[in-house]
Amino acid sequence: MSVESLFPRLEPLLHKVQKPIQYVGGELNSTVKDWDEATVRWALMYPDAYEVGLPNQGVQILYEILNELPETLAERTYTVWPDLEALMRAEGVPQFTVDAHRPVRAFDILGVSFATELGYTNLLTALDLAGIPLRAVERTAEDPIVLAGGHAAFNPEPVADFLDAAVLGDGEQIAIAISEVLREWKEEGSPGGRDELLMRLASTGGVYVPKFFDVEYHPDGRIKRVVPNRPGVPSRVFKHTVMDLDEWPYPKKPLVPLAETVHERFSVEIFRGCTRGCRFCQAGMITRPVRERSITTIGDMVEVGVRESGFSEVGLLSLSSADHSEIADVTRGLADRYEGSQIGLSLPSTRVDAFNIDLANELSRNGRRSGLTFAPEGGSERMRKVINKMVTEEDLIRTVTTAYSQGWRQVKLYFMCGLPTEEDADVLAIADLAKKVIKAGREATGSRDIRCTVSIGGFVPKPHTPFQWAAQCDHETVDRRLRALRDAMRADKEYGRAIGYRYHDGKPSIVEGLLSRGDRRVGAVIRAVWEDGGRFDGWSEHFSYDRWMAAAERVFADEPVDVDWYTTRERDEHEVLPWDHLDAGLDREWLWQDWQDALSGAEVEDCRWTPCYDCGVCPTMGTEIQVGPTGKKLLPLTVL
Amino acid sequence: MQRLRVRYAKRGRLRFTSHRDISRAVERAVRRAGVPVAYSAGFSPHPKISYAGAAPTGVASEAEYLEIGVNRPCDPRRIRAELDASLPPGLDILDVIEARTGTLADRLEGSVWELRLPGADPAAVEQAVREFSAADRVEVERLTKKGMRRFDTRQAVCSLAVVNGTGTTAGQETVQPCVILRMVVRHETPAVRPDDVLMGLRLVAGFAPPSPPEVTRLAQGPLDAATGEPADPFDLDRAGGDR
Repeated sequence: MSVESLFPRLEPLLHKVQKPIQYVGGELNSTVKDWDEATVRWALMYPDAYEVGLPNQGVQILYEILNELPETLAERTYTVWPDLEALMRAEGVPQFTVDAHRPVRAFDILGVSFATELGYTNLLTALDLAGIPLRAVERTAEDPIVLAGGHAAFNPEPVADFLDAAVLGDGEQIAIAISEVLREWKEEGSPGGRDELLMRLASTGGVYVPKFFDVEYHPDGRIKRVVPNRPGVPSRVFKHTVMDLDEWPYPKKPLVPLAETVHERFSVEIFRGCTRGCRFCQAGMITRPVRERSITTIGDMVEVGVRESGFSEVGLLSLSSADHSEIADVTRGLADRYEGSQIGLSLPSTRVDAFNIDLANELSRNGRRSGLTFAPEGGSERMRKVINKMVTEEDLIRTVTTAYSQGWRQVKLYFMCGLPTEEDADVLAIADLAKKVIKAGREATGSRDIRCTVSIGGFVPKPHTPFQWAAQCDHETVDRRLRALRDAMRADKEYGRAIGYRYHDGKPSIVEGLLSRGDRRVGAVIRAVWEDGGRFDGWSEHFSYDRWMAAAERVFADEPVDVDWYTTRERDEHEVLPWDHLDAGLDREWLWQDWQDALSGAEVEDCRWTPCYDCGVCPTMGTEIQVGPTGKKLLPLTVL
Repeated sequence: MQRLRVRYAKRGRLRFTSHRDISRAVERAVRRAGVPVAYSAGFSPHPKISYAGAAPTGVASEAEYLEIGVNRPCDPRRIRAELDASLPPGLDILDVIEARTGTLADRLEGSVWELRLPGADPAAVEQAVREFSAADRVEVERLTKKGMRRFDTRQAVCSLAVVNGTGTTAGQETVQPCVILRMVVRHETPAVRPDDVLMGLRLVAGFAPPSPPEVTRLAQGPLDAATGEPADPFDLDRAGGDR
């Protein structure tokens, strides 16, 4: 059965929409394989607009790896904007891939990468446009397996009704394994239909199939238990961890779009995982242990990526890039290699110490010194102990003083509002900190031409973190504190005008909180919001708090739960959490102990440099920290 | 600094690229191809690539022009091959010459446009063309960057003719007969675009194409006073420069 391109039907619509190029495909390094020669066909979706989805590393990596397999093809699909959605509905054009414009429903698997929960309504748009039933139990042999991945998939329960399956952790190896299971099943003649295929995937313990688990509730709304409902399904599902990043140097050939996207650069992950132990940080908790990519692989990837893409900027990505064991040699080596060229290098700089500035100086060798970013996250010393962000005020002032005196003119500071145990004074402390930063900068430079920008957002407690039990701060309190902070900074005659302020209001955080720690009952809210027109919830111009609250009120009318129950309610130690059967490797007792330590302000060191504190990941997953140094150096490219 | 003049096409699906999309694609292709492009001095250096009057988003073209400054002499034929190989199919390099004359943009006085009108009634198109050509002024309104503007389309149109041909109707793969409008339009301010002329046809004769027309710029260059057709803007450079 061959599949025809939808492009002739799409093309007349493209004259009537904004930025039509995003729907056309044909990116440099994209791949179109022969439909009939492939046995396993993946549609990979990033559930947001093309301009956000295209640069996504996860999708690009899987796209390349799957297309390298001989009997597998992978194409990409993104959320269409409402202008095209309306035209597609009017003309009966289904959700398509941008590579060969094939209908998404014709694929075997629709793999959706959820970096954030705010893409859930966009999933429903795509399923509906594709002609795939929204509810997994209504799907037939004609429909693809809808499979979720990405960080939000560590609690897929709010979208469990809409998913056939979910995977936790690194996708490289499990995507290949799933392809293999699917290929064998198809070659056997698809015995037992969808359920047998899902059973084969679930029985490994590495793929979560929500419908094979039943959730029972207490009368008060809490979960009683989550158990498999058929034999052969393991009661826990484990995350996947790629141990040797040097064996997986992807993307090798980054996709280069014609359309403008949010990240116009070639990005190389220099390590995965983070053991700094910031208690709010879900990424740091669920991607353990730390696994470094070696300096030589990083150098090779940058060289190939720049050559293949033509990008003029290279980003060295990780959760805390200055923590790579050979980061000084990496930055110096790359700066040497590309000195005098037009290639710019960047390192997300969040570590608050002088070493970080050395690195930034190195990378800006032939560029300009505009702004540096640091993330103290908490305004007061007490708050930073609660979140385990081990930065003292002296550290921060010393660091920014160094930055200003070495020619940096702007310092950006990231904070969060609404952290557990936070009081008004903790947030107002940010104003004092910002003033001290400006004061120190003026003294160090003798100039008034320096700025500090405070950027602050609402904190959302996330699954698989010590704060998973915490009460989320209500949005009224968050907004009141954010306004008070603004007023305190503005009122200052001496420093106020040198301080910039960026903040997000607290309402979207409540919806994010509902979706982050929600259970299967939240699925009906998502569906109701979507049916009411909810789209692109990550975009402030499309997001409607009132729509979410109205939908929740309707859906929860006869339930013992409501939005507050999911968000601002503190959980006790023994409450069954919706994601307890999904194993990120973290020991639940350690997480609880760390939550108690947070409340008493006790800090935890980084296990890369201090003894193991038994978070549980390495023994559970059979993994261990993989760090250098390798002792190698990057040679000039002309020598190689 | 050597300057290279480039004629390129945007074809097929890539006609949906905007001017900004093309400039990003060209900058990256120049880097991938290793063209020794010169950079401007200053705080944030930019590659010295300049574009002359790009065709609108959604309109294909066989005659777009840009100029690249390079910091060492290059063989135009080699640049043509290497740049073309580095660009996605659909952005195709057609010609590269070394600039030997002043501003290229000044020489792009007019364009030949081809509009395929799938499903249109040939007689209705003929009638509309006759009425348009007979008029002295045909004013249309369009939202421009400076707000809603009202301007004449008739005087800029040097010639307008119906030619018969074939094309694909929107939504179908099969090639069918279709009416083709061919026009030569002088570049003026505000620019009179093919869709402005179509709007003019609607205003004078009530003609509207049944589906989105496929528009292609076939050529642009200095308008020949005798024929009213554009000549190749590279002719002067090939001849060795200004005299």
